[in-house]
Amino acid sequence: MTLAAAHPGFLSPTGVEIAFLLVGLATFGAALVTVTTKQLVHAALWLVVTLGGLAVEYLLLTAEFIAWVQVLIYVGSVVVLLLFGLMLTKAPIGRSPDADSGNRWAALVVAVAAAAALVWVVVDAFRTTWIDLDGAAAGSTAVTGASLFQNWVLPFEALSVLLLAALVGAIVLSRKAKADAAAPQVPEARGEQAAEEGAR
Amino acid sequence: MTTTTYAVLVPLLPFLGAVAGLLLGRTAPGFVRPLAVLPTLASLVLTVLVAAGQGGGRAVDAATQLTPTGSVPIELALHIDGFAALVAVLVGVVATCVQLYSTGYLRDDARYPSYAALVSLFTSAMLLVVYSGDLIVLLVGWEVMGICSYFLVGHYWETPQARAASLKAFLVTKLGDVPFLIGLFALAGDAGSFRVTTVLGAVASGHLHHPTLVALLLLAGVAGKSAQFPLHSWLPDAMAGPTPVSALIHAATMVAAGVYFVARLLPVFQASSAAMVVLAVMAAVTMAGSALAALAQDDIKRVLAYSTIGQLGYMTGALAVGDRGAAVFHLLSHGAFKALLFLAAGVVIHAAGTNSLAAMSRMGNLRDRVPDAYWTMTVALLALAAIPPFSGFFSKETVLGAAEHVATGHTGHAPGAAGWIVLVAGLVTALLTAAYAMRLWLLAFRGRGADAPGHGRQPVVMNAVLWVLAVPSLAFGGLAFRVLPDWFDGRSLAPALTTSVLGTGLAVAGGVLAYGAWRHTTALAARAPLGAVAAHPEADAGLVESEAIASHEPAYGDIAYAPDPADPGRLLLGPLHRHAAAGFHLDTVYAALFVRPVTAGASLVRFLDREVVETYVRGAGALPRLLGAAVRRAQTGNVQTYVSALLAGTVVLAVAAVLVATGA
Amino acid sequence: MHLVYPAVLSALLFCTGLYGVLARRNAILVLMSVELMLNAVNLNLVAFDVWLSKAARETLHSGQALTLFTIAIAAAEIGIGLAIVLAVHRNRGTSDIDRLRDAAEGPGDGSDDSDGSDSAAATAPGAEKAEATA
Repeated sequence: MTLAAAHPGFLSPTGVEIAFLLVGLATFGAALVTVTTKQLVHAALWLVVTLGGLAVEYLLLTAEFIAWVQVLIYVGSVVVLLLFGLMLTKAPIGRSPDADSGNRWAALVVAVAAAAALVWVVVDAFRTTWIDLDGAAAGSTAVTGASLFQNWVLPFEALSVLLLAALVGAIVLSRKAKADAAAPQVPEARGEQAAEEGAR
Repeated sequence: MTTTTYAVLVPLLPFLGAVAGLLLGRTAPGFVRPLAVLPTLASLVLTVLVAAGQGGGRAVDAATQLTPTGSVPIELALHIDGFAALVAVLVGVVATCVQLYSTGYLRDDARYPSYAALVSLFTSAMLLVVYSGDLIVLLVGWEVMGICSYFLVGHYWETPQARAASLKAFLVTKLGDVPFLIGLFALAGDAGSFRVTTVLGAVASGHLHHPTLVALLLLAGVAGKSAQFPLHSWLPDAMAGPTPVSALIHAATMVAAGVYFVARLLPVFQASSAAMVVLAVMAAVTMAGSALAALAQDDIKRVLAYSTIGQLGYMTGALAVGDRGAAVFHLLSHGAFKALLFLAAGVVIHAAGTNSLAAMSRMGNLRDRVPDAYWTMTVALLALAAIPPFSGFFSKETVLGAAEHVATGHTGHAPGAAGWIVLVAGLVTALLTAAYAMRLWLLAFRGRGADAPGHGRQPVVMNAVLWVLAVPSLAFGGLAFRVLPDWFDGRSLAPALTTSVLGTGLAVAGGVLAYGAWRHTTALAARAPLGAVAAHPEADAGLVESEAIASHEPAYGDIAYAPDPADPGRLLLGPLHRHAAAGFHLDTVYAALFVRPVTAGASLVRFLDREVVETYVRGAGALPRLLGAAVRRAQTGNVQTYVSALLAGTVVLAVAAVLVATGA
Repeated sequence: MHLVYPAVLSALLFCTGLYGVLARRNAILVLMSVELMLNAVNLNLVAFDVWLSKAARETLHSGQALTLFTIAIAAAEIGIGLAIVLAVHRNRGTSDIDRLRDAAEGPGDGSDDSDGSDSAAATAPGAEKAEATA
């Protein structure tokens, strides 16, 4: 951990590392496709791949509970929610040429610069740090549950309040106001928008 | 009440009258005429009382210091000697006459209240100059006169000539006043006081360190105020003002102030023989040049203006030969007959409806139309031409006698060269003066042709004033030359035989020459019809005059000149005539020397300001504008752009922080 | 296992999500990218937690606890975010982020802004009512 010589070198990967790297590459590729694809629904589906890949990475890091929670919440509900959102906003099926805004090149520069900076710093700092994955799993359900209900009870309960608030807020925000239906302009505007999108 | 109290009241009364006139002019028009005439009249009475109290004896001196003013004290001081007392009487007489005359002359003028108030203020300032025993107080009066002359010359400000003339009068006199002020300070610096008596005492004891410098600086101011060459050019143009103002400026105030100032401080000038010679040359050039110019003028008032310049030349000539008694004597008699000449000319202009001599020479019966003006003007012209026994003869002979006295070396207080210069120039001018007086008289009153258009009767008050002034013009010289030496320096003012004979002979010769020329040319007058007459013959005199001034230039092509072949001046002067009419092109010279460089400099400055400085300013503004445009373009409303910039900045900061932390 | 691998993967995923947030036009795709960024952080938290707990430096498992909290909050966030996007879409007729330019400099500076501002003006009362009901 502190002495590089005590651990396998950088270029002598273990089997776990090879697996981690391969899954990591797949995850990263899926993430790239997610943010670059021109088909909106495909983006959601590639997001599923990314999140699933991440769940595998959690497993490889022996964080079992987090991995299953990841699968349950992200892959199971969040992506479904996103797909619903896409459909509710009448997102076009198929390739949409304007999926990316004009800000793309600036975004690319910022992202590459941030990535370079982060990777440089991280590699520079943890080049030789070694995680010993042998022994009992660090994130088994028993361990996580014990930690959560021994040390993190109060935040855990507070989180439930936050979830309740989010639930109420989401309902209020998404509920269709009664006056909206009476306003004549809104359906027209929506119709124009639909016509425009259809033209595209 | 003492003489001092009277003397304090003399300048104060017209000043209060002026203030009251300005305040009440709008609300109570009925009070304007009494407020104009009565304070001036009262101050005339008081000047007479002061003169009687002073009686030609010791000078009355009184001084009070209002507040300490540093190392050189300024005091409210009176210094009344014989000169001051008599000049004040002259100012009072002329001012009263002018105020009375103006009530008739500007009868219907809408701006009469302010006009009368300004005349009162003018009078008050001149009386202050005359009585003041402190040079700074004198300067106050001196400058107030300058500003009053600006307003009064510009009384007909609707005409461009009047506007230009008032500006010119103001600027030219101010041009002289700047060195005058410096000279006053230099004088006071040497003498340690602004009091006239102290200054004269310092001069007598030889404490004056730079007499030539001080005298020449003061001379510049005197030349500006008294219209001496080369600063005389404002005076002929000042004829664009109303005739009573011309009479006031020419006879008693303003131009007299310069001569009076030199007379009062004559020892200062005598301390420098160079200054005396300069004064003599200035007087000679002024005399001869102005007399030539007067012979060529077409405007009757411009003839009189040039004659004033010439007569002032006599006075400065007398001062140049160190005889201030002669100078002030001529100032007094000239004040009387020149006021009369101007006021009579006002009547003539009103009657004829024009100020052009060429047009008057084609009117048949002008003499019968204005008999009062005819007779009084004849008297005044004879006085001007110095024909005995009129008053001009005696005063002018004193001047010539004094010059001859110096030229022949009988005195040591003035350089002999100055005497010769003044004597020769004076004799030549005597000839020319008689010639142009004769020409004026012949052209104005001996015209032949159609009758002048009717203009109604002249106001009685105007004619009465003419006769009042005719008395001193006729008799003042003959009566006074025996009495005046008691009031002045004590030197005899009686005419000397040689100069009397010479001067009178030349004057008669000039008159005969002019008459002969006129006989020769008058036949041509009928062949060359000419003339323009004011459009409103029934209006009051002021309106007629302003219309005559405004129409002279369009009618004849020049303000001073008329293409009249019947003009005897044209025959007498020959090829000089055109140059003389233009005042020997002095204005052109000024334009080339001063006006054009100043205009060029102004346009250069304007160019620098508009093109160079402004470019820098615009350039300085361009960068912020560019920045503003760039920043505004950044405000697209696109949140993603904002976040991009934010994160880019964060990355840069984070990298910088890491670099600093690792000491790279 | 080297800590560098999960850390670098986390950094790369984070920047990918960053690019998506900055470059995507559709608001729902932006939300997806936000999820990516959150997951990158989660990976980081888990990796460091595993490293630190194995090294017995820290036994609270705070990394895993925080990961769970992040997942929960992300779920709440995605719910609220979608609700907002739906509300905007209902009022404006679009969920394109670069058409929501109410924060832009005054009128007359954008060239393609005319139709957007028109529709914004036309739907302004609706927006106000939606805000009032919210």
